Amino acid sequence: MAVGNAKTLAKLVVVTLGMFGFGFALVPFYYKICEVTGINSGAEQSLVKNTQIDSSRWVTLEFDANTNEALPWRFKPLQRSLKVHPGQLIQVEYEVSNISDQPIVGQAVPSYGPARAAEFFRKIECFCFTPQTLAAGETRRMPVLFVLDPEMDKEVHTVTLSYTFFDIGTKVQTGSGRSLPHG
Amino acid sequence: MSDAAHAHDDHGHGHPSGVMRWLTTTNHKDIGTLYLFFALIMLFVAGSMALLIRAELFQPGLQLTNPDFFNQLTTMHGLIMIFGVIMPAFSGFANWQVPLMLGAPDMAFPRMNNWAFWVLPVAGLLLMGSFWLPGGAVAGGWTMYPPLFIQGGISYDLTILAVHIMGLSSIMGSINIVTTILNMRAPGLTLMKMPLFCWTWLITAYLLIATMPVLAGAVTMLLTDRNFGTHFFNAAGGGDPVMFQHIFWFFAHPEVYILILPAFGIVSQVIPTFARKPLFGYASMVYATASIAILSFIVWAHHMFTVGMPAAAQLFFMFSTMLIAVPTGVKVFNWVATMWKGSMTFETPMLFAIAFVCLFTIGGFSGLVLAIAPVDIQLHDTYYVVAHFHYVLVSGALFSIFAGIYYWLPKWTGHMYDETLGKWHFWLSVIGMNIVFFPMHFLGLAGMPRRIPDYALQFTEFNQIATVGAFIFGFSQLIFLIVVLKTIKGGAKATDRVWEGAEGLEWTLPSPAPYHTFETAPVVK
Repeated sequence: MAVGNAKTLAKLVVVTLGMFGFGFALVPFYYKICEVTGINSGAEQSLVKNTQIDSSRWVTLEFDANTNEALPWRFKPLQRSLKVHPGQLIQVEYEVSNISDQPIVGQAVPSYGPARAAEFFRKIECFCFTPQTLAAGETRRMPVLFVLDPEMDKEVHTVTLSYTFFDIGTKVQTGSGRSLPHG
Repeated sequence: MSDAAHAHDDHGHGHPSGVMRWLTTTNHKDIGTLYLFFALIMLFVAGSMALLIRAELFQPGLQLTNPDFFNQLTTMHGLIMIFGVIMPAFSGFANWQVPLMLGAPDMAFPRMNNWAFWVLPVAGLLLMGSFWLPGGAVAGGWTMYPPLFIQGGISYDLTILAVHIMGLSSIMGSINIVTTILNMRAPGLTLMKMPLFCWTWLITAYLLIATMPVLAGAVTMLLTDRNFGTHFFNAAGGGDPVMFQHIFWFFAHPEVYILILPAFGIVSQVIPTFARKPLFGYASMVYATASIAILSFIVWAHHMFTVGMPAAAQLFFMFSTMLIAVPTGVKVFNWVATMWKGSMTFETPMLFAIAFVCLFTIGGFSGLVLAIAPVDIQLHDTYYVVAHFHYVLVSGALFSIFAGIYYWLPKWTGHMYDETLGKWHFWLSVIGMNIVFFPMHFLGLAGMPRRIPDYALQFTEFNQIATVGAFIFGFSQLIFLIVVLKTIKGGAKATDRVWEGAEGLEWTLPSPAPYHTFETAPVVK
């Protein structure tokens, strides 16, 4: 009888210790369940998912940069082209250098091809909004942050964004940015 | 109990007397008595807290307590009633009755049995003592949810340690009960011939062994989050407070059956005795108990429908919860069928058992309402929930304990209890209990939140009714105290069989049951 009791005791103690461990094993198990089923993943909640992206079509963007011949600046896009979905938030960068030996104020003016794409090209941040002052020999990288409106005509498959920098001399036009919200 | 009767035995075996007798005892009857007295004292402690809560809620506004002390009262009332009253009382019954019902001389591990009891008062001191510490006792709710529970003061650490100790006590007690039942039955007493009380306790003990360690793990994580820089539940460190709720309820749903299965066992002994018929559907009772225990592991998230979970999970937990109503319904049907065409008499144990069947069923039905996920989201943390779990724990677990005490007290003490006082105790309890808790259904449906010391004016009338009922119910327990003390001291001599319809090995012994019983095992045919 006593031997039998000791055996039962040993088994039950093993179960007890096992269940104590099981309590801790529930921690990784919980996170695994959440990961597999996709519940409780705060970063990817549907609330913050961008529902404005039209992922059914692609548009090729081409970037072009020019300077007015009177302006001694070198100006180029850091990427030639990009394939995007309308509605996606896009950031591209341009690089501009003042190769003269004196500070110059310039302002970029955008143009679009085809021209009817212009109204669907929604810029959020652009170096063309304000005049840019470059010191002698200075090089600067400048971003453009924009969204291509999903309402844009379906038959437009390629949009070219072209900037031209003009010398606006010493006349600093602080208000000019507002007059050019979409270029 | 009945010291005079044991005195001879004690001296005969050279046992210590006085306090040392109780501290060092390994006798299952002594330990059962200790458990029951501990539960009785704690019943009055936690009951007084409930009366303070109800007194505060007699009117809107703050009269007697400040909100922090009110939260301490609700938290401690819950913790003590569960871990200090209901569970020790059932352990007391198991200690007294399991060896007597099985024809065993004692529990399998008498020394461990002594330890299992004597760590309990330590846990009680840690819990109660924290009232006098800076910041007061725990106020985070008995469910111990973070983030509140990882932010409190020293008393939160003490409570966690107390839960560890109480868990250890239950595990030791359960190992003892399982081993006794599996290995020490009298020859011929097969498992399917065992009294149903032993069956329900066997299954309860397995539930305890399986879930108490999980609770120990959960509160250990709370402790390390509080003191050792881990971040299991601390969202600021990448943890997840909702995970605590999952781990906690994985323990605590089986725990609610731990609090009710032994009650089913007691009622299944009492009803056949006073209906003078064998229990209807014995085998189905065993299978229903086992089904409830197994299902209890897969329904935990119905306590937390509002934390946010996928619809599929809500449906799973909703339907699995409702499934538990089936085996529970089998049990209620069997009790009613046992009484059907029986030669019933209505002594106090039977009255409490019948009240149990009726009122526990009300609590079961309101549980079924709460199982419906969309309804639960409306009723979560309202007084409807308070009404529900008091119907299953007061008129369920506690009434079964009263039934059991009145039923076996003559066997334990050798004296009949005072039947007139017993009936007074029953009627005042059953009326008082319904006056307290029935209006809470309406308060909850109207939207009164639980655990708040103040309420909107329109809830006043029902709260006043509940408070009046609480004082009737609370003070009528003094009658119970008087009955028990009077019966221990003296009274009409009880016969060996005590009740005309009583069946089972314990009734073959003399009353009071001698200090040592079944030293040679009886044979059961």
